[in-house]
Amino acid sequence: MQQTANGCGFAPWQDPNEEPLIRFEGVTKKFGEFTAVDRLDVDIFKGEFFALLGPSGCGKTTLMRMLAGFEKPTEGRILLDGRDIGPVPPNKRAVNMMFQSYALFPHLSVAENIAFGLKRSDMPKTEIPGRVDEMLGLVQLREFAGRKPHQISGGQRQRVALARALAKAPKLLLLDEPLGALDKKLRQQTQFELVDIQEKTGTTFVIVTHDQEEAMTVATRVAVMDHGRLIQVDTPDRIYEMPNSVYVADFIGDVNLIEGNVASTEGERVEISWAEGQPLIVGSSASPLAAGTRCSFAIRPEKVAISAERPPDAVNAISGNIHDIAYLGNISTYHVRLDTGHIVKAQTANSRRIGRRDFTWEDAVWLSFTDTAGIVLTG
Amino acid sequence: MRRLTWFNVTALTLGFAFLYIPIVILVIYSFNASKLVTVWAGFSTKWYFELMRNEAFLNAAWVTLKVALASSTAATVLGTMAAYVMVRGGRFFGRTLFSGMIYAPLVMPEVITGLSLLLLFIAVGLERGVFTVVLAHTTFSMCFVSIVVSSRLATFDRSIEEAALDLGCTPFDAFRSVTLPIIAPAVISGWLLAFTLSLDDLVIASFTTGPASTTLPIRIFSSIRLGVSPEINALSTILIALVTIGVITASLVSKRAIMRQRAEEQRAAAT
Amino acid sequence: MNLRRLILIAIPYLWLLLFFLIPFGIVLKISLSETAIAIPPYTPTLDLSAGWQGFTAYLSELDFDNFSFLAEDDLYWKAFLSSLTISVVSTLLTLAVGFPIAYGMANAPEEWRPSLMVLVILPFWTSFLIRVYAWMGILSQGGLLNQFLIWTGLIDTPLTILNTNTAVYIGIVYTYLPFMVLPIYATLEKLDNSLLEAAEDLGCSRIQAFWLVTAPLSRPGVIAGCFLVFIPVLGEFVIPSLLGGSGTLMIGKVLWEEFFTNRDWPVASAVAVVLLLILIIPITLFQRNQQAQREADE
Repeated sequence: MQQTANGCGFAPWQDPNEEPLIRFEGVTKKFGEFTAVDRLDVDIFKGEFFALLGPSGCGKTTLMRMLAGFEKPTEGRILLDGRDIGPVPPNKRAVNMMFQSYALFPHLSVAENIAFGLKRSDMPKTEIPGRVDEMLGLVQLREFAGRKPHQISGGQRQRVALARALAKAPKLLLLDEPLGALDKKLRQQTQFELVDIQEKTGTTFVIVTHDQEEAMTVATRVAVMDHGRLIQVDTPDRIYEMPNSVYVADFIGDVNLIEGNVASTEGERVEISWAEGQPLIVGSSASPLAAGTRCSFAIRPEKVAISAERPPDAVNAISGNIHDIAYLGNISTYHVRLDTGHIVKAQTANSRRIGRRDFTWEDAVWLSFTDTAGIVLTG
Repeated sequence: MRRLTWFNVTALTLGFAFLYIPIVILVIYSFNASKLVTVWAGFSTKWYFELMRNEAFLNAAWVTLKVALASSTAATVLGTMAAYVMVRGGRFFGRTLFSGMIYAPLVMPEVITGLSLLLLFIAVGLERGVFTVVLAHTTFSMCFVSIVVSSRLATFDRSIEEAALDLGCTPFDAFRSVTLPIIAPAVISGWLLAFTLSLDDLVIASFTTGPASTTLPIRIFSSIRLGVSPEINALSTILIALVTIGVITASLVSKRAIMRQRAEEQRAAAT
Repeated sequence: MNLRRLILIAIPYLWLLLFFLIPFGIVLKISLSETAIAIPPYTPTLDLSAGWQGFTAYLSELDFDNFSFLAEDDLYWKAFLSSLTISVVSTLLTLAVGFPIAYGMANAPEEWRPSLMVLVILPFWTSFLIRVYAWMGILSQGGLLNQFLIWTGLIDTPLTILNTNTAVYIGIVYTYLPFMVLPIYATLEKLDNSLLEAAEDLGCSRIQAFWLVTAPLSRPGVIAGCFLVFIPVLGEFVIPSLLGGSGTLMIGKVLWEEFFTNRDWPVASAVAVVLLLILIIPITLFQRNQQAQREADE
């Protein structure tokens, strides 16, 4: 889904003339001594599906609650369409929220829940039933309109919460861990539904999640947060392929990290010395690095090839023994112990049956990868 | 799993016998024909008719009912407000004092509460009567209401109120259309508790009432100090019957509601 | 919005200040006054119209005579001591009666438990006075208990039970039993049965498992139940005055009599102040215990 969005060339953040829908300007939020959000600047554009990703306690929920109006920034401003929304109370903001617990009103039916916000808007009374029906159709819950929240399943409750938050056609919809309460299978299916509804309604979505897979699936851009700061804000593919720090590389997906020093550079190509008596590793770096800089070489396991013989034309090749094998069905991960003691993971797709697998424990193998497969990080 | 051994059966049998035999005897002897409460002289309902003709008791019952209705309603309003302030009020000047004043009446001996309120009413020159008893009962039962309501408020998902604000409610509108309907069962049980406490109270009412407005417990107390009487047995039986019917109905209704909700949840999960 | 919040806080706050805290101030004040044959029956009265001078004059007239009177007259000493004794003994008796009931309830089949709960709570909703009264007919000289005991041949002459401390103990155990049973039941019911199975699996006998697992784990409920009985019994008035005799000294009864019979308001107030001071200790301990319990639960 996100690929289609990118394919259409939806990238307002690259256009310097585009006005952001939301702008954070040096926003800090403190709770007593604790700094939940630390001098944060970010722009979110109309039509985006923006994901805030980070471990619990990183400040992502606080950031969202500031957008909804439940918390006020200690310093800095939040602009919505160019207007400071600091003094606007939550009930006067064109921002709606879908709560992690769904927060459905237990004493009201599904339809009454959806109509709740409309009754408190300036929509004429006669138009409310039509809008409620439209929302019920959008989330495919027409036949459950008269049920109470405890009479429907978890997945249906999630859709009611979404419909209720969307009913007032907010400029911005906030989703706090919207799929956290669903089981894995339902969650994956619902992710696509969310993206569908977002595209249909054209609403700007900001989603908070700690599930990186979910963020990658739904978002146009992902913001990785830690300790109240944004570490990297980028499209999912760039977050994965071009992390700007060890933190991001390690947080998203699986990664091998090898520490070393920059030996020489040539454009984007960087050579790293990482262990006595071992050949230099060749990787690439987005930013120019001085020789001698302390750095980490990061490479995804699926970009490391494993073979019995040294591949003749490989730029990088290191030998080791198989220490452990994790068989995951579709793929296998080999943990290879290098002569230096490092453990490097290599992943292969299991296109053959297990009995005909090439390698087993303690086999001597070669690991190889291209010069652009791994990147060099200093942060 | 859990074992229902002879020990448990004996403990339960003896325990509930101890709890209920006195009450059963009381009820049986209210139908005794004899004036002597301890000697059985055949079945009779005459004490109930005597009771119906006893103006003093009827008046006292009426006073008690008025006091209980007024004080439990006032206590429910004040206690719900106090609970909301305690759970949702955030920080304010004197919060510790406030929560102390909420909890203290629960453990305060009634003689002290009664004495202190009487001295207040005398100090401000308030004439004692139904009104002063209502004030006194409201004060001590609002604390019970506030404990019942605040325990419900504390377990209640705060984001439901936030959702109401988010969807355009003012804080007052959110309280009226979302919070209140959800905590209603706790508010109702708080009211019932306040009502029963007021009906039951002897000590505080004795201190704070005037000579013209005797409540039922005061009347009962002054008459049983002189000894056991079959009329009091009859009165007690009526009160016990009312409470028993009330409690059993309430527990059946709530049990049904819980069962229905559970069944619906199971059905919802299955779809 | 802030005005609304202020009003919301102010109404219950002012109510409690006016009808709870200020009355205690008055009790304290009167306890430091002298008895007079007048209405109100004490001097000095604080004359607010005289301003600061009136206040200082008032302060200079305050005296602690009532408290030294309490200390000198051994009636009060004895009343306080015997209240404490009766409270401690009856708390332990209630525990002894209540624990087996709570234990039996917690081990009863699950579908019985709500009904058993209702059965324990039901007497609590019926009038306290009536429950005490029910015992008067049973315990009296010609009462049903004596009739029963004579019928069985255990005794020949009726026992005097009513109007003794024994009757007071029976009355207290009976009326306060739900306060003991419910908290103990609540902890026992939460007790994970697999802990007992583990204890037996590790070689404990059933009785050992009870002492080593159930008893220590039910401690919070036992402590809560004991405080819930002990604190109100200390100031109890109805039970000693109906079931107790002239020899039953309890401080609640003394206070009542000072006030209503002797019309000695300053002494009654002084008794109230001392009772409150005594109660502060168990109340503080109880609050601390509850706090610790809540924190442990989280």
